Amino acid sequence: MKGIPTSYLANRLVTLVLTVWIAATLIWLIPRLSPVDPADIMLGRMASGAGSVANADAILASFQARFGLDDPLWLQYLKYLKNIVVFDFGLSTASFPTEVSTLVARALPWTLGLMILSVVVTFVIGNLLGALMVWERSPKLVKVAIPAAMVFTSIPPILSGLLLMWVFAAKLRWLPLTGAYGINVEPGWNSAFVLSVLEHGILPATAIVVVTFGFWALGMRGLMITVQGEDYVQLAKAKGLKARYILYRYMIRNAILPQITAFALKIGLLIAGQVLVERIFAYNGMGKLLYDAILDQDFPVIQGVSFVIILITALSVFLVDLLYPLIDPRIRHEG
Amino acid sequence: MEKPTGEGSAASGTRRSVLEVSDLKVYYATPTGDVRACDGVTFTLYEGETLGLVGESGSGKSTATSGVLQLVSPPGRIAGGSVVMDGQDMLALDEEALRRSRWRTLSLIPQGAMNSLNPTMTISAQIRDVIETHEGRASKGEMRTRVLELFRRVGLPGRIHDMYPHELSGGMKQRVCIAMAIALDPTVIVADEATSALDVVVQRVVAQTLAKVREELGVSMIMIGHDMGLMAQMVDRIAVMYAGRIVEIAPVRRMFERPAHPYSRILIESIPSLTERRPMRVLGGITHDPRHPPPGCIFQMRCEHAMDVCRSDPPPRPQEIAPDHEVHCHLWRRDANGEFVDMRDTGEAPRTGAVTAVVARDPGDSLARADGDLVGGGSAGADPEGVGDSGIEATEGASR
Amino acid sequence: MNEPIISRPESGTDEAVRDALPTTGAPAPGRTASGESTPGAGAPGTLSGTVAVGAVHPAGAGAGDGVPSRADARAARRHARRMRRFDNPWLDPKLLWGVGILLAIIAVGLVGRYAWDTEMVYTGSAPLKLPPVGFENLRKQPGVGEHPLGTDGAVRDMLSLIIVGAPNTLFVGLVASTIGMTVGILLGFSAGFIGGRVDDVIRVFSDVMITIPPLLILVVVQASFGDVSLTLMALLIAGFVWQSPTRLIRAQVLSMRESGYVQMARLSGASTFDIMFREMMPNLVPYLFGSFIASVTTSIVTAVGLEVLGLGPQRIPTLGRTIYEAINSGALIQNLWWWWGIPTLLLGIMFIALLLINLGLDEVSNPRLRKA
Repeated sequence: MKGIPTSYLANRLVTLVLTVWIAATLIWLIPRLSPVDPADIMLGRMASGAGSVANADAILASFQARFGLDDPLWLQYLKYLKNIVVFDFGLSTASFPTEVSTLVARALPWTLGLMILSVVVTFVIGNLLGALMVWERSPKLVKVAIPAAMVFTSIPPILSGLLLMWVFAAKLRWLPLTGAYGINVEPGWNSAFVLSVLEHGILPATAIVVVTFGFWALGMRGLMITVQGEDYVQLAKAKGLKARYILYRYMIRNAILPQITAFALKIGLLIAGQVLVERIFAYNGMGKLLYDAILDQDFPVIQGVSFVIILITALSVFLVDLLYPLIDPRIRHEG
Repeated sequence: MEKPTGEGSAASGTRRSVLEVSDLKVYYATPTGDVRACDGVTFTLYEGETLGLVGESGSGKSTATSGVLQLVSPPGRIAGGSVVMDGQDMLALDEEALRRSRWRTLSLIPQGAMNSLNPTMTISAQIRDVIETHEGRASKGEMRTRVLELFRRVGLPGRIHDMYPHELSGGMKQRVCIAMAIALDPTVIVADEATSALDVVVQRVVAQTLAKVREELGVSMIMIGHDMGLMAQMVDRIAVMYAGRIVEIAPVRRMFERPAHPYSRILIESIPSLTERRPMRVLGGITHDPRHPPPGCIFQMRCEHAMDVCRSDPPPRPQEIAPDHEVHCHLWRRDANGEFVDMRDTGEAPRTGAVTAVVARDPGDSLARADGDLVGGGSAGADPEGVGDSGIEATEGASR
Repeated sequence: MNEPIISRPESGTDEAVRDALPTTGAPAPGRTASGESTPGAGAPGTLSGTVAVGAVHPAGAGAGDGVPSRADARAARRHARRMRRFDNPWLDPKLLWGVGILLAIIAVGLVGRYAWDTEMVYTGSAPLKLPPVGFENLRKQPGVGEHPLGTDGAVRDMLSLIIVGAPNTLFVGLVASTIGMTVGILLGFSAGFIGGRVDDVIRVFSDVMITIPPLLILVVVQASFGDVSLTLMALLIAGFVWQSPTRLIRAQVLSMRESGYVQMARLSGASTFDIMFREMMPNLVPYLFGSFIASVTTSIVTAVGLEVLGLGPQRIPTLGRTIYEAINSGALIQNLWWWWGIPTLLLGIMFIALLLINLGLDEVSNPRLRKA
């Protein structure tokens, strides 16, 4: 890619790999620190669920071999790492003998879709509102309304989800209560399905957006005030450039840079919030999967989902970090 | 408005005024009263001339020009006066009309070029946007040619066209600002300390560029500065400001040879000489509170000739003691023939001793040396960008 | 320094005022009480009496024309009062309200323990699912005075839940942040001050840890270990809350390290410890506070998140857990709005208070945000 210094790229890659590795290790390590050996539990559950499945013994045996459950700890660890790399998390104990990866693969697109939608919308709206709060030419109403709306950001996403759900779904019945799509709709690329998906997605997405946009707005407000006092903005005014052009090209374009850095830092939290929202709305994404797994004490699924989510987070951070030099020319040419 | 020529005018024949500033006031609100940064400034700028605006820190020179440019932001405000350009009352324009007239009538070369260029835009984009805003879009090729031509005028290489500001040196950035200022062929350019933030060598190059540009375009300029030596070489008339008011305006020669106002006199005398050793004269007294200027002459608290009338009445507006030379001072009065006389010459002026002199240190000191080397006189090797030598000398040590 | 022509809103005033003020004697603006003016100091000259003395001239009022009317004087006082807020940002109403609310919650917790029978938080003898006083539930039972905020599905008194639960939530937030901040300060200072390898390691480590969502790791922990105590949860959360303060402090230390006063301290032989705590820390205080409050918010959000998922302390009443039980028992559909609504409201109030404090602290550390 043009203009990205290689040392920067290398640094980011190393961070990415390190993050994923440490996360995987933590996920593997923590259950093993508990007084109860999860491996036994897992096997026990699988065995009890194996009653109705053909070839149960063979499946169990191959699982044990794959994860080296009879091997010494360090060997188990290595095998685990090897399996992780190909997304093999083993078998779900609750839905034996389904592969965890299958379950995850099914849930992933929903989560990704909702996530991308809400994260992008939040970032754009939040920053825009923050900028408008500061721009001299915003109508008075806007300047007062935004801080008022920001009160909502004090509420964690779960609660906003609850409130929205209660108001719009339970009471007013405008929007569906749960699920990613209607029960009587056939999945596939038909309009009924797509509409249903959209309909079901509004509340969860709104829940996330409503509470997270305030963070961006607040930050952007501070940054914009600093930028407003900069010489180049004053010179732009002296040049008689159009006010909106100055707002976008001279002010926002410069103020947003630290926000992009902050975005990379916040992705972890955003995704965590999303998982909770999914749970509340019983949205068929990773959140619901995780929650059900917690209820069922389905370890492999918990581990698998956690890992995938962390992986997504780390990748997003990596991408955003790559994006930064493309936007800020000053970073581009160093090193 | 036309004015008959007098001694020292820029061109022969009648002169046209392009900018008339009248009693301009710019105040800043503070918890304990308005600070009168600019308190009734009046001057006229004629076509093709360069007016220098000098004064110490806080004298209000930048504030005055920001008032003229209408770039004053809260808590500052334009509290009175008028600005008329080419017959058009600028303060009466509505927002959109003002915006449209900007840069075409009045452009600005800012003080800190380091910070005046948008870090996320290429150089050419920043010049292009002002052209396109006021003149409409043009084809890429046409724009490129035009921008490159502007670069040539200021002696910048074409390769910087697609570069970003942080890739340029300070002098180059300043010249980009000059190029930008002349892009729309404005009537008046305000150069706010255009060379102050640079080192001496680059200063010279930039000053030369300014001079060249002025000659080629015949544009009228207001130059703010405090480097008296540089001012002397670049301007036609000088206006001296003190505490938000103009105290004297004179053609540059006269200002240096025979300053009329006591403050200007101190200013001129405080310039170290390159050829002789003199005791340094320092202004005594104290400055007044800018929120509550004293009645009468504002310079009264530091003037060594302050009289009773100075404390009670402001000096009569303005006294033209010679063609094109006006001063605001009670020391000048009309004699029986209606001519102006300086009361210091007639022995009527009191001396209150507010000015103290500092004895020069011992001869071993190197206060100011007469060697050519130290101050870079001559053009030895100091012409890196090939702008040409129009006789401007770097004058380090000659500024306040 | 000469004022640039491009006048920044604040710096214009600062410079115009600073540069133009008398160099001897008179105080700077803002420190003068309203009503006083600044006389020309008694210099060896005789000019002190001639500078205008008298009422403050508010912006816009005619300066010194005759005797100011009563309306003028009132306007002047109001103006001066508004302007004086420039002076002490710590007294900003946002800050005061925010802190006030939090203190009120803590007070309720303290007083409530004595004034109310909090055993009712575990179980009571009242009917199930009573609404708060003044409302009726689906079974047409009105609220009763013994349970002013109603009861939940397991006959626990809502008011007791709040009295016990709210401070618990705050507790988790405060403990986690305190630990997180301490670690953050230590690491941040070390990274910024010592630099080199230490800095690299700390930086990479915090970058990595920032990316890992705390919730998930905590999910894994809770799933493995079962029930946890409140303190344990706070400790676990602390493990994820130190990264932001570390980064922040490191950045500040790096920029302060090269500043004049630190160099001076170094040159005069001050020990590292002295430099860190006597020179740098005082300047960091607003940032530290702001970071602390942000950490508290994050900790509480994470804690509540865990609780709502059903993890978190199972036997100890917390606001999040109450909500969890409410949802699980179908409170939404049964219209038992007070069950989940009251804890939600309380959490909302807590967060609003934290937000206010945050905004106030922002203004302390960045003077440009204070509006006239």
